[in-house]
Parts: sequence; structure tokens; C-alpha cells
Amino acid sequence: MLLDVRGLRASIDGKEILKGINLQVRPGEVHAIMGPNGSGKSTFSEVLAGAPAFTVMDGEAWLNGVNLLELSPENRSHEGLFLSFQYPVEIPGVSMANFMKAAINAKRKYFGQEPLTAAEFLKLMKEKRSVVELDSKLASRSVNEGFSGGEKKRNEIFQMAMLEPKLSILDETDSGLDIDALRVVAEGVNKLHTPQNATIVITHYQRLLDYIKPDFVHVLYKGRIVRTGGPELALELEERGYDWIKNEIDAQEQ
Amino acid sequence: MNQYQQLYEENRDVLGERGDELKAFLESAAEIDKVFAPETYAVNLRRLKLPVDAAKSFKCAVPAVSTTPALVVNDIFQPSKRLPEGVTFMSLRAAAELHPEWIPASVRDDIKSAESRLNDLLWTDGALIRIGQNVRPERPLQLVNILSAPMDLMVCRRVIIVVESGADAKLLLCDHTQDSEHNYLVNELIEVSVAEGGRLSLDRVEESSPLTVRRSEMHVQVGANARFCSTSSLLTCGDSSSKINVSLDASGAEASVNGMVIASGTQTPAFHTRIRHKADHTLSNQVFKYVADGQSNCTFDGLIIVDESARFTEAYQTNHNLLASNDAKMHTEPTLEIYCDEVKCSHGATTGQLDDTALFYMRSRGIPEAEARRMLMEAFLSDVIANVGIDSLRERLRHLVERRFSALAEGSDSCADCSAINALKQE
Repeated sequence: MLLDVRGLRASIDGKEILKGINLQVRPGEVHAIMGPNGSGKSTFSEVLAGAPAFTVMDGEAWLNGVNLLELSPENRSHEGLFLSFQYPVEIPGVSMANFMKAAINAKRKYFGQEPLTAAEFLKLMKEKRSVVELDSKLASRSVNEGFSGGEKKRNEIFQMAMLEPKLSILDETDSGLDIDALRVVAEGVNKLHTPQNATIVITHYQRLLDYIKPDFVHVLYKGRIVRTGGPELALELEERGYDWIKNEIDAQEQ
Repeated sequence: MNQYQQLYEENRDVLGERGDELKAFLESAAEIDKVFAPETYAVNLRRLKLPVDAAKSFKCAVPAVSTTPALVVNDIFQPSKRLPEGVTFMSLRAAAELHPEWIPASVRDDIKSAESRLNDLLWTDGALIRIGQNVRPERPLQLVNILSAPMDLMVCRRVIIVVESGADAKLLLCDHTQDSEHNYLVNELIEVSVAEGGRLSLDRVEESSPLTVRRSEMHVQVGANARFCSTSSLLTCGDSSSKINVSLDASGAEASVNGMVIASGTQTPAFHTRIRHKADHTLSNQVFKYVADGQSNCTFDGLIIVDESARFTEAYQTNHNLLASNDAKMHTEPTLEIYCDEVKCSHGATTGQLDDTALFYMRSRGIPEAEARRMLMEAFLSDVIANVGIDSLRERLRHLVERRFSALAEGSDSCADCSAINALKQE
């Protein structure tokens, strides 16, 4: 099992958002997590990545046999977890090149490897840029500063290509993208997919799933996964919306 | 102030006329900074040779910057032997004896603080830097002020900088304490004039010990279509207070006054700026940034005055501060006094903490928290570094800032060899 989440509960400012999530992901799989606004989709991804704002109240999360919940965000990254942010953060004054170099060399240090030489690093940057057709000029600019919506999301996938994670979580990667940018980003994700790694796609809409084909689709509602199915579940949601699931769950609760 | 009275009594012979002024000053001065009160400091009025060889043991942390260097050890000038044509770079004391006509009248117009009056009376040496008409030295000049003595010492130093019309020069002023055992009290007065069409880029770097008390005043007069651009980088200090007074005297005068501070421990760094626009079409821009860690107590107060006659003036000031610990304090007080309608002026001051979202974003990419914090703090200071006039110093400062933040994280500090000082030793 690549990712094994059991009974995960988490809160922010005393308010419980995740109310017992179970999810198992095997190598080579693509999972989609869908759900209405406020159901806890982004919280789930941020809790897995170790965002300090959230408190884990109960449950377990294992990545490849490693207990994620005991690790700092940086060590979760080293162990192979990658989160593509819904809103990539602008960091004025830190160049993309320095940012990536610090990230790559921290990972190498974690595994007892020597830092990359300047030449090796530039070569790697160049190679990975091509995955998402990222402009070489962006490397000398500050991280995400002044990037368009599409450039920011492509930059996320570029970072994913650089870090070669085992499990990638793409949080609303389709939001704010026009159809061309969506295609480039999705193709980038597909190029990086191997039988050894896995992807979790968090999205509102079926549209992205035309490009990134999921093996499983989960519906998250009120902090729990309330339904799991194949790709056809996404199509059904596209057609019928979320209300029928919401009504069903709300009725069960009463 | 009894100790200064006694000083006067004992040194009437060397102080001469100044002695009588000192006496009168001491009898009337009430407002001098309390840091001048302790009686523990020696003042080297008799210019005794102190048993130190600072030039030999000093290592500057600014190598790789190719300059024309000179040293001021405490307040004794040690000249650079090779000077470009048209440049005077000499002991102020020697200049006062040999060429008194080279020393201009004081540019302190309407402000004479008690500290600067005390400097008038007690200064023993410093430097005169004069860039002749239309002279443009290829290399920056560098003046390294070193504090090094076998006892607690008070240093009254004076530096006069004259940039004649059409001249264009870059100057690096370094302040360094050689040891961390002795108490030093520095009373420094810098007077700068930039004549019509002249340009001066003045970069200052301070690395002084926690036991060093600095009271520095710089007065700058900028003439028609002349430009004065300065950065002050305060890397380490004890109790350090710098006043920067700039007077834009004639049409087309410009000043860019910038500073950055990295404060930790119980350091108390302060900048007080006062930019006065006296003529039309003058421009000033200020950017000051502080990173306050530990229990440091930091101050910025910036004043812009636009005279009634200064139409079409533009004056901007920003002060952004980062509190890196819960115990650090920042006092900021931007003030505008505008007596003219046709001006563009703005000021902005913010004090905050590191951006948590940026920190998490970096950590999620595998960058360890301490390194991510350091990178964000360096990034915060990067626009001040971008204003540094000496190209190679800019790169060097990035390194020094990085080293300073690493030292903060690890609690250590060390200096590298300085090519400037090596060059001096070889001569």
C-alpha cells in the first residue's frame, strides 16, 4: 500500500473538519476526490502535507510504511509526498532557481547524498521544464511572483517533476485555468505517471478527469468519504450534481 | 559631565582655544545623550600610540571588493599609498594643519546637536576625502574604521567628504570593532557636500561588538542636479544610533537614502533620517528595513520636510519591519512636514512577522524550516541590497547577510580575509 489513511480526524481553531477519513492508494493508481465546497477536500490534502494550522485529533496516515503524522512537512516531502497547492504562494525576493536548489539539495542531504553541482542542477532544471513547457525566464524570477494563473499551476507541476514524489496530491489544479493551460498541465501530470507512483486529484469538476483518467472516484462530504466508485461516478456527479448524495447522507444522519 | 571638566583642566595645553569652548559648552550643555555620562572611557587627546596593531590583526569581511582603501584605527588615520589623480584621501588632522583651505565650512545648517558640538571640541582625527571637479575614480574608495584598544575608549572621529561639481565617486565606509572585551563610545560626525552635477554613492557597513556605543551623525548637502545615494547595512551592533540629515539645496537635487538592520540579542539599533527639500524639482527616496530578533529594541524615525519654495518635489519613504521573535521591539515614526502644495509625497510603515503560508509552502517542498526562515528574511532585505552602489559589494552583502542569519541560527560568527586590508599590508 502506498498511502494508507485510517480514521483521520483533524480540526482547526477547535472546529472539526475531517471526521474520520479512510483511503487506500496503491502504486500506479489515480484517485479523484470530489465533493461540494466546504466538505474538507483541501483540508485533507493540507493535513497530509503537515500544515501547522491543523490539529490531528485521531487516526493514522502511512506513506509507504512511514508514519506521516510523526514527520515535519519537509520530511514528508523527502519521503515522497507532494502537494500541488490550490493557491501557489508568491515569495518575492526568492528566485525559482534558489528555491528549487534548496529543495533538491535538502532532499539529497536527507538521503545522505552530496548536493548537486551547479551544472548538474541547471541540466535537471532544463530537462524538467520541458515537461510543462515552462519558460526558462521564469527560473530567474521570484517564486510565483507576477506569474499568470496558468504559469503558477504549470510551475507546481514543474516542481513535482523536479522532486519526483511517490504520491502527488493535486489540489484544484484545474481552477483558474483556460482549456489550453489545462491540457498542458494534465499532459505534464500524465507524463510523470509511472507504475510506481500514484496521484490524488482533488477537483470540483469532471472536466479535468477527461485528461487525467482516474481509477477511483471518491466523494467527500462533511469530512468523510461518503461514496466511492469508478470513473462513471464522476460523470454521474457532473450530470446530477451533489444534492442527491447530500440528501441521502443528511437523511441517514437524522 | 564632571569628567569632561576634569579632562579640560588636565589637557588645557593640547586643547588650546578649543579648551575654552569646551569649558563653555560643558557649562551650558544640558541635553547631551546620557551615554556620554559614564566616566570609564579614556579619550586619546594626546594622540598616544596605543599598543595595538589593528591593521595587522584586522580581517575585513568584505573581500572580493576591489577598492582604494585607508584605515582609521580608533581616530588615527592610516593612509592609502596609491591614490587616483584628482582625489584627496588624507588625515583630517594633517589637512587642517597643511591645507586648512581644503576644509569646507560645516554643512550642519540649522541643526547642531550637543553630540556634534562635543565632536567639534574633542575630535582628534578622521579623514578628508575630496573628489576634484569632474573626477571619476575607477575604483571605489574604502575607509575602514576600526576600534581596537587595550582599555575602554571614547573616540571622537570626523570625516569630511567633498564631491566637486561633475565628479562621480563611490565610497565604502566600514565600522568594525576589533575585540569584544572593551567598551567603546564612538562620537562620529560625517559631513558631505555634493556640488552641482556631482554624484556620490556612499555605502556603509557596520559590524560592531555588543559593548560598542555609537552615536553617528551624517550631514549631507546636495547641490543642483547632483545625486547622493546611500545604503547603511547594520549587521551587528551594540547601542547604535545614526542620524542622517540630507538637505536638497538646489533644483534637481536627488537623494536615495536606504538602510537595513539585522538585530538580535539586546541590541538597540536606531536610524533617524531627516530629508529636507529646499528647492524645486528635488527628489528623495528612502527604504529602510529591519529584521528584529531576540530581545532587540529597534527604532526608525524618518522625517521629510518640504519647504514652501520646493515646488514639484517628490519625496517617498518606506519602512518595513519583520519581528522574528516574540520579544523583539520595533518603534517606527514616519513624519511628513509639507509646506508646499505642488508635491508628491508618500510614506508607508509596516511591522509584521514571517508569512506562515510562504513558510509552509517552502517546507512542503522539502526546505527545512530554519533554512526557509533564513531565505525569507534574506529575501525581505533584498531590495535594500539592490540599492547598494558598489557592484561587487552587493554580491558580498548577500553573502554577509546569509552568514549573519546562519550565525543567528548557530550562534557563531567569523570573518573572512579582506583583500582591502591585505592590499594595505603589502604596500
